[in-house]
Amino acid sequence: MLNTRNKWLVLLMSILLVGVLVGPVGQIEARTIALNGAGASFPYPLYSKWLDEYRKIAPNVAIDYQSIGSGGGIRGILEQTVDFAGSDAPMTDEQLAKAPGEIFHIPTVMGAVVITYNLKGVKTGLKLTPDVLADIFLGKITKWNDKRITSINPGVNLPAQPIVIVHRSDGSGTTNIFTDYLSSISSTWKTKVGKGTSVEWPTGIGAKGNEGVSGAVKQTPGAIGYVELAYAIQNKLPYAFLKNRAGKFVEPTLETTTAAAAGAAANMPEDMRVSIVNAPGQDAYPIAGYTYLLVYKDQKDKAKGTELVKFLWWAIHDGEKFAKELLYAPLPGNVVKLAEKKIKQINYRGEVLHK
Amino acid sequence: MRIRRNQRRRIVDRIMGVLSVLATVVALIPLASILIYVSAKGLSAINWDFFTKLPKPVGEPGGGMANAIVGTMILVGLASAMGIPLGILAGIYLAEFGRGRLAWTVRFICDVMTGIPSIIVGIAVYGTIVVAMKRYSAIAGGVALAIIMLPLVTRTTEEMLKLVPNSLREASLALGAPQWRTVVSVVLRSAAGGIITGVMLAVARIAGETAPLLFTALSSRYWHTGLDQRIASLPVYIYTYATTPYEDLHRLAWGAALVLLALVLVTSMAARVAGRRASGGNRG
Amino acid sequence: MRKKSYKAWLEGDIAFRGFTYLAALSLVGVVLAILWVLVEKSQLTFTKFGPGFALGSRWDPVHGVFGALPLVYGTVVSSLIALAIALPLSLGIAIYLTQLAPHWLRGPVSFLVELLAAIPSVVYGLWGVFVLVPWVRSSVEPVLGSALGFLPLFRGAPYGFGMLAAGIILAIMITPTISAVSREVLLAVPRSQQEAMLALGATRWETIRMVVLPYGRSGILGAAILGLGRALGETMAVTMVIGNRPQISPSLFELAQTIASIIANEFSEAFNDLHLSALVAAGFILFVITLLLHVMARLLVWRVARVPQGVTRE
Repeated sequence: MLNTRNKWLVLLMSILLVGVLVGPVGQIEARTIALNGAGASFPYPLYSKWLDEYRKIAPNVAIDYQSIGSGGGIRGILEQTVDFAGSDAPMTDEQLAKAPGEIFHIPTVMGAVVITYNLKGVKTGLKLTPDVLADIFLGKITKWNDKRITSINPGVNLPAQPIVIVHRSDGSGTTNIFTDYLSSISSTWKTKVGKGTSVEWPTGIGAKGNEGVSGAVKQTPGAIGYVELAYAIQNKLPYAFLKNRAGKFVEPTLETTTAAAAGAAANMPEDMRVSIVNAPGQDAYPIAGYTYLLVYKDQKDKAKGTELVKFLWWAIHDGEKFAKELLYAPLPGNVVKLAEKKIKQINYRGEVLHK
Repeated sequence: MRIRRNQRRRIVDRIMGVLSVLATVVALIPLASILIYVSAKGLSAINWDFFTKLPKPVGEPGGGMANAIVGTMILVGLASAMGIPLGILAGIYLAEFGRGRLAWTVRFICDVMTGIPSIIVGIAVYGTIVVAMKRYSAIAGGVALAIIMLPLVTRTTEEMLKLVPNSLREASLALGAPQWRTVVSVVLRSAAGGIITGVMLAVARIAGETAPLLFTALSSRYWHTGLDQRIASLPVYIYTYATTPYEDLHRLAWGAALVLLALVLVTSMAARVAGRRASGGNRG
Repeated sequence: MRKKSYKAWLEGDIAFRGFTYLAALSLVGVVLAILWVLVEKSQLTFTKFGPGFALGSRWDPVHGVFGALPLVYGTVVSSLIALAIALPLSLGIAIYLTQLAPHWLRGPVSFLVELLAAIPSVVYGLWGVFVLVPWVRSSVEPVLGSALGFLPLFRGAPYGFGMLAAGIILAIMITPTISAVSREVLLAVPRSQQEAMLALGATRWETIRMVVLPYGRSGILGAAILGLGRALGETMAVTMVIGNRPQISPSLFELAQTIASIIANEFSEAFNDLHLSALVAAGFILFVITLLLHVMARLLVWRVARVPQGVTRE
């Protein structure tokens, strides 16, 4: 009925349509339990590793996690568009009040936020003090060869380049930890900008995700930005040493992150929503925080809930051993115990799902 | 004096001619640059794994985008299954029956629809389907793409049907064929070439759409497990991978861009060639 | 017998008509549904800030203060830059293709220009991030800065990302639209008038300037508005190169944010209702702007020439 020359065009269309028809068939054959998560990009490299590893031991469970930012994770769990969410910022009381059920914060690992920069000839180890850092991000220090930077970095050849600030454009827990830190060390920052998953930045380029920020820093000479430790190291981005509360310049590493958690771990609140920035301790790196998985205490689907609980349990035990190689600090033992207690409370109509 | 003025006029004429050639060349530079970069960088990322494997976790080399390629096909297929029949029917209405205020309104709405930014379609589908279903899904993505496709198909169908000479309709009706028979077997059939061209252009167009998928289909690390689940697609992968700092993922993004570009360009070139032939030769 | 078949004949027609009628109504339904979502979900913002939302100059999710002016500014200015680059370019192309190019070249060249329209936005973005932005940073901005730095337009640090990069990438994207429509418009200029002009001894350029362009003026204007409409709603490529910072700055080197790009950035992760509704409200403004432009463009183009099918890709 069609011209011969158009037949193959029709063929192409049919192939597309067949794709639709085959889709559901394939789905019946390989009916797996799908758990959908989304949220923080901070732990995304670790989670993608976890999901890959977990698939090997539980091939019938397809757990997906999309990195869309902590804010998106929180909205997802509130609107129930996801089965679990990731967030680096604990939910606020106001947010929790909006939820249709009780939400648990299960900490998975700790991460550090590092200051990265793109300066020709300057490698890792540029020294920064809290007030200098705050003034850079407030836009008060605009050139790399500013006296206040050069004076704490004798012997480092800093160019007369303008400082280009790169920050997150999306709502993010990384921003929350970083602005939490800046608010805790600078009263100007606290009153002018404040802390949150996205703030009104006094200056700078916005980029999406940890990925976007380190990408933009890498591409822009004279740039400075904040990213998660793992991103900086895996990308071989240089990072700054920060002066901590004890007055020591500390390199961000797994050890110094753990050191920051050590003090805070003792007085961990029961709901595990806690800030550990600017922690005391000789070796404590000052910009660190937990990242959480958010789940409902009362699950609505028994099969899904069961698999979710299994996965969470696996994550805080077996999963932790992948943390170090991906540069996340594993949870301290007492925090694992607290998390266990929470996981054991997850239930389906009163029936505890953990076995 | 006179001669000099003429000379000046001739020089101006020359200059403007050169400028117009220059404009054409300048416009084609980005095209060349894009094609060269995408093919050079994309080719290095493409191998057998690219078409057969799932993405690897961040930081591990290798892996492919098979799920995104299939996902794009499914999304485009879903959108076509909804958008094409509806669009063709609406086009038939406008061309064959559409008179009066309603037809004017539909035509106007159709024009308005082509102008709606695709990201707004994404918001609208999120606000209705995703929120109602409580999950991101292939269906939501398909609906969003179908909405973008709908006015393009409608418009094409209408214009192609209007080109069919009335004598054909009259002949068919005079033979006693009912109107629907006339439209389907005579009018639609003689306009088929042009309509297919337009439809394929619309398909090529939605295959590359990213913005409406961000809040509807999202993305996924796996093969799709059902139309009610989130689904991977090439454009969304390109967007997310391009903004990561990982070289490996950049390479994959270029690879995905090459595959997507090939899909889109081949489809739209084929559409144009088919269209040229259809309009050059016997129409029907 | 005969009567029955006549009835079937009628019923078939009525059913068929009914189907097409419903399909046509579905278009109206879809647009109304989109409008409804935009109005419904932006309620919160418009009741809180009123129409002043469109004029507020702060976009601060932390303190819950939302004003769309920086976004509208970014959207309009990036599109105008695009138009300023694309319009002369497209006119040049249209003139070349209709008046000057040898006949055998017209088909292939216009085909190539139209290929630009087929490239997906996200591929433009990818190319923008890795090719255009570094070029703008290392070549365009330093040169503009040192030559024209006395103008506030070209001051500031060369980020590469920013308004200028967004404008350039949009210009590339809308050139095929504008040039294709302009070409149709110029083709509609009566041959006899041009020949009369040439016969009077005018050069080709004089013919173009005095006959062709004036004749096609409103059509070209329509083409420009159509291109502008496309630039306003463009999302992915712009999001990837504009720097994503809602601010109003006279410098084209500065970062900016458009309505579409802020939605792409913040919609999926805005968690408080006000923030979400502010984004939808911004989307509503964009909808209204593109709607008005579109209507204008259609009216203008309709007056001169029918827009060829497949050309407007927006």
